[in-house]
Amino acid sequence: MTSNPKTATQTDTAHLAFRDVSMAFGERQVFDSLSFSFPPGRISVILGGSGSGKSTALRLIGGLIQPLSGHIIVDGDDITCLSERQMYRVRAKLGMLFQGGALLDWMSVYDNLAFPLRERRQLRADEIAERVRATLSAVGLEDADDLLPSQLSGGMIKRAALARAIIMRPLILLCDEPFSGLDPVSARRIEALLSEINQRFDITVVVVSHDIPSTMRMASKVLLLLPDGAVEGTPAELHASSDPRVASFLNPDLDAAALHEAGRVEALPSRVQTGTTW
Amino acid sequence: MVTPIQDLGAASLRFVEELGRLARFSGNIGSAMLRPPLRFGRFVDELFKLGVLSLIIICLCGIAVGAVIGLQGYNTLIRFGAANSLGAVVGLSLIRELGPVLTALLVTGRAGSATTAEIGTMVVTEQLDGLRMMSVDPVHYVVTPKALAMIAVMPMLSTLFTLFGIFGGYVIGVRIMGLDAGTYMTSLEDAVDFENDVAGSLLKALVFGILVGLIATYRGYTTAPTSAGVAAATTSTVVIASVCILVFDYFITALWGV
Repeated sequence: MTSNPKTATQTDTAHLAFRDVSMAFGERQVFDSLSFSFPPGRISVILGGSGSGKSTALRLIGGLIQPLSGHIIVDGDDITCLSERQMYRVRAKLGMLFQGGALLDWMSVYDNLAFPLRERRQLRADEIAERVRATLSAVGLEDADDLLPSQLSGGMIKRAALARAIIMRPLILLCDEPFSGLDPVSARRIEALLSEINQRFDITVVVVSHDIPSTMRMASKVLLLLPDGAVEGTPAELHASSDPRVASFLNPDLDAAALHEAGRVEALPSRVQTGTTW
Repeated sequence: MVTPIQDLGAASLRFVEELGRLARFSGNIGSAMLRPPLRFGRFVDELFKLGVLSLIIICLCGIAVGAVIGLQGYNTLIRFGAANSLGAVVGLSLIRELGPVLTALLVTGRAGSATTAEIGTMVVTEQLDGLRMMSVDPVHYVVTPKALAMIAVMPMLSTLFTLFGIFGGYVIGVRIMGLDAGTYMTSLEDAVDFENDVAGSLLKALVFGILVGLIATYRGYTTAPTSAGVAAATTSTVVIASVCILVFDYFITALWGV
């Protein structure tokens, strides 16, 4: 069902990168000088607890909010220097799966998928119909095209939203909590779909989640946001980490100190560059 | 003593900031109106939602208000032996004042609040962010058709309200109180001047349409992304728009004599 993730290598070119990004909402600091990069064509995962800034990171990549300082690179463009209008050009390379789907609630599933095609391309109606049918088929929603979002189950909404996010064949797919609120079967189905999309269309996928098993299965690279910093590495590196914060996040039932004493010190993942306040 | 003054200063600053944001938002709507593609289909949809779906309440309230003015007017005028002027009293009251003002208040309660709630819900459910991620400007696609439709429907609904009000006054004065129909209509025709009264009434309705359209869409667009935020935004639309309608009504009347 879920294929083995490709392995991130040192030679990967950064496709998405944060350079010393700081972000705050009012008095509440979310990041301080956060830097990381994700390789192209892979599945990268941002993990962290509630309120750790996972979704904020995704919204920053999409240019939906602006950081206080720092630079965010999306496929070679520093989007912190771009106006909202200039961002439209960058967003043409992005697809985003929102946590609640964000389907336009007065439109049928078919019209939701056709919407970006009608807005951004000069395709004929029959070409649009063909593309919509093919994409709906890819996510297993062939029979739901005339339903309204309010008539869909949680899993169907996620799949319809995923179909809309990939229908323009983006370079980068951003997924905000794709498994939240789903039963295990639906969650595995979304997981399989994301892996298939990544491999079939060679789309870079960035997943924000706190579902450790699913994300560890699919990820080539993981960024773990912790209350006092951030750690990045491959799933294997994180699992082998002796950092008690990482170990306690990945294995909340185990005592981190005991893990440390047991000698799991090999393959320490690279620490993310952070400011002095971490 | 310092704290209340500080609070007043902070509130004043917030008010000015809010006005600045509203002005910028209005500018965005203005620029979106001139930018292709033309959202004619969306505009017609909004005309239906804001205008057609308000018809029943506007017609019913128009008749009721006209009937009340007819009844009160007749009972007052009869004391001075001026009952023949009932048509003028009903017509001028409705055309110059009650038609546009009450229509605007009714539309605010029915359609303005619905507009805010709809846009606010789109904020909460990230539909507006979804549009932005598809490189579609939410102001262009969602807000502008709603604001323009509000501006377009207000004079039409106000005219309808006034006509049904005059009819309500006619029913009371002529059918129930026994006034001569010709006298009622002649009194109305003689008293009403198109340029001063009818055009002025339409001007008021247009201004109220702009006010309600801007306030309802702005409050929806800036809704805090929670269910309580939508409720607060909807309430504030009704309150702010209602106050603005009455205040602007005074200034239009005072400045232009409408």
